Amino acid sequence: MTDWFHPSILFIAGAFLIPFLKGNVRKAYLVLIPALAMIAVFSTAEGTYGTHSFLGHEIIFGKVDKLSLVFSYVFTLMAFIGMVYSLHVEDPGQHMAAFLYVGSSLGAVFAGDYFTLFIFWEIMAFTSAYLIFAKRERRSIEAGFRYLLVHVFGGACLLGGIILHYTDTGSTLFGPIEHNGSMGFYLIMIGFIVNAAVPPLHAWLPDAYPESTVTGTVFLSIFTTKVALYVLARAFPGTEILVWFGTMMALYGVIYATMENDCRRLLAYHMVSQLGYMIAGVGMGTEIGLNGAIAHAFTYIIYKGLLFMAAGSVIYVTGIRKLSEMGGLYKTMPLTFILYMIGGFSISAFPFFSGFVSKSMVVAAASHDHRAVVTLLLTIASSGTFLSTTLKLPYHMFFGHDSGIKAKEPPLNMLIGMGIAAFLCIAIGVFPGPLYSVLPYPVDFEPYTGDHITGSLGILMFTALGFFMLLKYLHPKNLISLDTDWSYRMGSRVFMRIAKGPVGVYEGFITEVSNTIALPVIYSFAGIGLWIDRNIVDRFVNGVANFVLTISASVRRIQTGFLQHYALGMVIGIMVIIIIYSLVGGG
Amino acid sequence: MIKGMVNYICCPENAGKRKVIFYSILVLVFASDFIASRHHVAFAWDAIPGWSAFYGFVSCVSIIAVFKFLGKVWLLKKEDYYD
Repeated sequence: MTDWFHPSILFIAGAFLIPFLKGNVRKAYLVLIPALAMIAVFSTAEGTYGTHSFLGHEIIFGKVDKLSLVFSYVFTLMAFIGMVYSLHVEDPGQHMAAFLYVGSSLGAVFAGDYFTLFIFWEIMAFTSAYLIFAKRERRSIEAGFRYLLVHVFGGACLLGGIILHYTDTGSTLFGPIEHNGSMGFYLIMIGFIVNAAVPPLHAWLPDAYPESTVTGTVFLSIFTTKVALYVLARAFPGTEILVWFGTMMALYGVIYATMENDCRRLLAYHMVSQLGYMIAGVGMGTEIGLNGAIAHAFTYIIYKGLLFMAAGSVIYVTGIRKLSEMGGLYKTMPLTFILYMIGGFSISAFPFFSGFVSKSMVVAAASHDHRAVVTLLLTIASSGTFLSTTLKLPYHMFFGHDSGIKAKEPPLNMLIGMGIAAFLCIAIGVFPGPLYSVLPYPVDFEPYTGDHITGSLGILMFTALGFFMLLKYLHPKNLISLDTDWSYRMGSRVFMRIAKGPVGVYEGFITEVSNTIALPVIYSFAGIGLWIDRNIVDRFVNGVANFVLTISASVRRIQTGFLQHYALGMVIGIMVIIIIYSLVGGG
Repeated sequence: MIKGMVNYICCPENAGKRKVIFYSILVLVFASDFIASRHHVAFAWDAIPGWSAFYGFVSCVSIIAVFKFLGKVWLLKKEDYYD
């Protein structure tokens, strides 16, 4: 730890000062810490720092290479934006949880061994759960517990996998895992893909994220899933199954997103879809595939943050979360509308918005590998992205039927937070050079070619045509969608019903049997036992006790305490022995 | 200023103009795909002019069809389903 300052220290130690600060000092502090962390990571050189030895194992807090650096850049950047956005929040607990969450995410990103990774991984789970609980409503608390249980399951799989991996290889160093199909390999992968929200292990995400606070969701949307992507990129590059998981996710997410009525749940499903692109890129494992996945994670964190911030602003101002109850807000919230649309155009990969320069890289990676099916399916998902996030949601939120809700623009700090994110979305889209320069591999990819632009615009604009033609079928309804969380939400009820029903009846039967049959027998045995105890055992014991008492009384009388009596006794005793000896032995 | 601009573009009186602009963009995008040079043709369909427009439209319609169908027969439930 000589020439390196771990940015997690700023956030984790800094969190504990928050409750003692008030007013503007606290606000300044909340943006100062992420700003300092940004300076710390941008000035960090590659290398291995913070190595300690613990019980004969190497613990590495700072494995700094291009892969971990690029994630740390965007994490600290977005922590700064998220903090600006949440400056109006008075609850110190939320700020503390956010700080600890950011700090532990950075800790996981820089972890050079599995045990360090695991510890930060678990801190992330608990601090992020606090952000869900922080809304303090019944729904949030229930969803928070489901979230926590799923993550505890994922963490247990990860720990089991780490231990098996260690016994197999004798190493706890965090790096690419050999594809040997061992139990350790699969357990670690399950631990990672739970956090990466890969179906069917994804339902915690759309279940819990929309139940968090307005600002909490922004932080949640950034870290857990992107740390999972990072660890997949480090441990499982080129794992074929991830290509198919990713492609399936991309489609799964958009179909659910298009179905949704809750605006943040729609965006949460859309996260599943976007993560699909990145996981597919990691699964391909080629340089362009990994670069694409990581570039997409970078741009995604910013535009998804922007989308959650804008949708959160609408919820903050109106208190409404269902699209079916919104409408006509463009008149009162034009700035929020514009900012949302910048995020929407970015996620849809319109030319000159950030998504274009990263998503196209993943699709290009698939076509480089001549994966026709993957390319075609990912393109359908692109169409669905535009359809759900950039057409359906804003149409029903800002246009559609005028709900007549009285709304106004959100507070200035929220607008500034969104403004910075929107600026970055366009800046990266227009000048992708700086982003490409921080990617792990050299970039040999030009996003702005003629056919590429016309191809993307063709997909997007004709998706829009389809949307407007079928608009009358797309009215949001007051319905919710079933997903794999059904299995444990209903499963727990089945368990309780079995516990109350069959198990309860069985338990009642056993009680009845013991009351009517077993107890009388036991009572009669007990009666006999009692008689024996009183009449035989007690008498015997009493007799013995009386005898001992009598003896001891006599002994007490003998024991006078005078030395001359004892001496006399001893002399008499010796004389008696001599007399007996002379009478018996001598004869 | 932004408020005025958004209100001008989005107000119902300008719906006609918006439509004209939208359809002109569609035509422009479709036509430009015929003149764009193909640098890298990985799959046969990449070379077909207007392919992306066709595929985008079909994708959009099929996603809507799939979600409408699945939602109706299986996935969409009343809001108090879990209560």
